[in-house]
Amino acid sequence: MTEFQILFEQHKDLITIAVYGTSIALIVIGLYAVLMKKHLIKIVIGLSIMDAGIHLLFVAIGYISGGTAPIFSRGNENAGARMVDPVPQALVLTAIVIGFAITALALSLIIRLYKHHHTANIDQLNSLKW
Amino acid sequence: MFKKLIVFILIGVIGYMLTVTFSNIPLGENRIGSLDNPETVSAFYLNKSPQDLKVANTITAIVVNFRGFDTLGEVTVLFLAATGLASILYRKEDEEEEENIKHFAHRLNLPSSSLVRTGAKILFPLLLLLGIYVFIHGHLTPGGGFQGGAIIATGFLLMLISYKGFQTNHKVMVWLESLAGLGFVGIGLYGLIAYGSFLQNTGWTGNLNDLISGGLIPLIYIFIGIKVATELTNVLDILLNIKPRKK
Repeated sequence: MTEFQILFEQHKDLITIAVYGTSIALIVIGLYAVLMKKHLIKIVIGLSIMDAGIHLLFVAIGYISGGTAPIFSRGNENAGARMVDPVPQALVLTAIVIGFAITALALSLIIRLYKHHHTANIDQLNSLKW
Repeated sequence: MFKKLIVFILIGVIGYMLTVTFSNIPLGENRIGSLDNPETVSAFYLNKSPQDLKVANTITAIVVNFRGFDTLGEVTVLFLAATGLASILYRKEDEEEEENIKHFAHRLNLPSSSLVRTGAKILFPLLLLLGIYVFIHGHLTPGGGFQGGAIIATGFLLMLISYKGFQTNHKVMVWLESLAGLGFVGIGLYGLIAYGSFLQNTGWTGNLNDLISGGLIPLIYIFIGIKVATELTNVLDILLNIKPRKK
């Protein structure tokens, strides 16, 4: 058992609450910003915060107590039993790239809207309202 | 007021349900199972990656080899985002819009300080080198095509914000991006013709931890790195050059 693993086992409840609590809090804060904020850029920031929370949750689920990064070295081909789950990490890599694409596209739409309506406040963008 | 109440109830319900769900999933528990008789997909990957593929970084093996088709789709999404950005922000030169942008352009056109310019000039080639290192060693060390491409784009961003006249060579960018995308698809078609399925890896894999190992995986990650770097640079270039262009 490594030093870190001993520490992890000692404070397991606290670390669980901290990690899961942080990620769930990030998701909820992002959701609040998406639902309540009036400025479009703030809504996109909310989406990014939600993204971060979900990524943190994913990686936390894949963690294994005492596990190392899933990278092998020569002579240690059988070290896989001591490694953390690689699948959530690969999925998060995909999710980060898609999150970037969504943010870039949303920001470009906001720039277009701002140029057309001279405002990014959703309460004033009411030309389709009837 | 009523809307606020509904939002708070919704957020409370979602937060409560997430908390209840994750209180049943203990942190740090081994859910992979034995590697010799793989029953989960993670155990299969951890077993297969060093033994058969000879790829040191398991995540690279998953992203490029086991889920290679998914990564091709991901690169396509990134390409579509860059294209969509360019087509949404495309505009013709007209008076009304130039007037609208004038007060932004005034601030954008201020020269940056000589400290920033000198630092950027020194850092730019180093960032390019680090990015190329990261995506060439994607199968050996943490990182890979997406991360290396993002680092290269950071270097270009540094140049774009510290030198007002800095412009990327558009023709070179378009050609690099197209060739990298075609290279990825070409490798996939090569696997289809030579080994019977799309993106199939070669039988030759080399030794674990060698620079040239893992069959076609390093080649695919180099193509992804070039493609991501050019796409992100294009996105930054489009977003930063919102000031009206000279006729």
